[in-house]
Amino acid sequence: MKKSSRVFFKIIACAWILVFGAICQTSAADYDYINISEPFSQKVPIAVPVFKSMSVAPEEEQIARDAAGQLAEALAYTGYFKLIDHGAFLERPAEKGVTMEALNFKNWRDIGAELLITGGVRYEAGVLQMEFRLFDPFRAELLVGKRYTSPADDVRQMVLRFADQVIARLTGRQGLFDSRIAFVMGDADGKAVYTCDFDGRNLRRLTKPQPIVVGPAWHPNLGSIAYTAYTDDRPEIYTVNISSQEVTKLVDFEGINITPAWLPDGSGLAATLAFEGDEEIYLLTREGKVDKRLTKSWGVDVSPSFSPDGKRMVFVSSRSGSPQLYVKEISSGRIRRLTYEGRYNTQPDWSPGGDRIVYSGMKDGSIDIYVVDVNTGEVSRLTRQAGDNEAPSWSPDGSMIVFSSTRTGSSRLFVMTASGTNQRMLLDMDGKQQLPDWSPARAN
Amino acid sequence: MLKKNHIQSLLLCMLVLSLVMVVSCGKQAPGPGEAADQPGMTESELSDAERAAREAERQAAIEEQEIEARRKAEQEAGLTAAEARQQFVNEKVYFGFDDSALSPEARDALRDKIEWLRANPDRCVIIEGHCDERGTDEYNLALGSRRAESVKSFIVKSGIDASRLSTISYGEERPAVEGSNEEAWAKNRRAEFQFTRCR
Repeated sequence: MKKSSRVFFKIIACAWILVFGAICQTSAADYDYINISEPFSQKVPIAVPVFKSMSVAPEEEQIARDAAGQLAEALAYTGYFKLIDHGAFLERPAEKGVTMEALNFKNWRDIGAELLITGGVRYEAGVLQMEFRLFDPFRAELLVGKRYTSPADDVRQMVLRFADQVIARLTGRQGLFDSRIAFVMGDADGKAVYTCDFDGRNLRRLTKPQPIVVGPAWHPNLGSIAYTAYTDDRPEIYTVNISSQEVTKLVDFEGINITPAWLPDGSGLAATLAFEGDEEIYLLTREGKVDKRLTKSWGVDVSPSFSPDGKRMVFVSSRSGSPQLYVKEISSGRIRRLTYEGRYNTQPDWSPGGDRIVYSGMKDGSIDIYVVDVNTGEVSRLTRQAGDNEAPSWSPDGSMIVFSSTRTGSSRLFVMTASGTNQRMLLDMDGKQQLPDWSPARAN
Repeated sequence: MLKKNHIQSLLLCMLVLSLVMVVSCGKQAPGPGEAADQPGMTESELSDAERAAREAERQAAIEEQEIEARRKAEQEAGLTAAEARQQFVNEKVYFGFDDSALSPEARDALRDKIEWLRANPDRCVIIEGHCDERGTDEYNLALGSRRAESVKSFIVKSGIDASRLSTISYGEERPAVEGSNEEAWAKNRRAEFQFTRCR
């Protein structure tokens, strides 16, 4: 979405909030629709009937159908909801009306719809206007209402923006619908850094194909991605600007320069370097100069990931003889071992909530995704008996995980909920997709 | 019969004992100060330069001998210089799973390489570290680096100038052989050598 239209949306959305404000305010802190501790155990039944065409423009009918479908798809993607089949609906808002006054909530209660979303589409003189309402039929209450207007044909952007509002209203957390996923794709031409939307759409190639590319990592301002490439025949760290696609070499010490991970405030990054003859993790300035060395143990130290507050870092070390996860408190320098199960635990990613770390572990020759509780050390396994599953990365809201899997043959990207349910392929395409990194939350 | 044998053994023992005594008497070292106190004998310090020159001469002679020996060995093995060079590159060093330690076989292979590097002081090499396809990409890149560094350190300890050696890791990105079985994996967990321009 263009910046200008985004700003425009915001203005319109703000105005709309004023209209509904009084009703929304009363229950703003009430998030009991989705149980945050067990969000995927019981899916919330939701009805998303076809939107209403508000004027007589012939394009509206098609847009109304598409938009409702896209919204339903986006909401289902989260794993929070169970979509109620259209055949069960007892009334048609597309004909009757989409406002509280026009709806008979009993019709929705009777089919078990705990939530109902109605929408209206107006397409006049090249200007698209859509309005969305999220209702609780059981309380006969409007939870969120928004109207978006844009001179461009931005159906998807409007739908996703409202979907984010729905999730924010129901969970109290920002949704993941404006997030993107960076990854490496390899084919006959070589490997390159790509990005796609949270749901695999809007695929973009950011760098030229090269023989070896690894470890893309989003900058917290979402403006660039750091990665390692052998552009000059050796592993060095580069950044690529998301909008200009300009590539800059950032870290090029003797030996390997791998696994970049930005501090959450973007003030610097950690990476594994070997210029002292041993693979250690260093803290670097944003210009790529060594600030300080963060690990000091003979053998491999690699794959740093910071806690959301930037005060701790999880990393992989072979200091005990096999790769295991360790947590370092940056200020005190104290290090403690986090994983004890298995002989091969790598690729940690610290959750946006700060309480969990997802990683890949090898057991009986196959690699699977595990989550460890940072405080208790309790481990739960999320994938099993489905090829090798690697490189997990949290969605910005911590509700989902993207990873790569060889369960269908060549390496593909998959997503699942944070509890391991709803595992599905994100991108069905040729080549080998691997090493995904889900973009962090947009700073407000 | 038995008695005669006993006497013979006894005689033999006595003979041996007496011989040992004669030898040890002849080898008896002079007491402290005895040699210096002997008239007509002088002792002087060699100058450092002279000593260094002699040492250099001695080392050069040893080196020449080594090179000669190597050349002979190569000739005997039917190896020309080009073939020796080829063998240097072709012979790989193998590792265990998730391991960067050098096995006795790996050390043997590296001793050959050290000799070649001694015999060819104008050549510089890149040591490549590789991993099998198991394990995860980033860790394997670091492990490949560790393997290359471990090989480099072994060679440097033998006296080869570190500036002639550089390292690179390819992780699991460049397998030597395709395949997902122990035979293929064992061939892919390796360090390889490539020639490079000296810095």
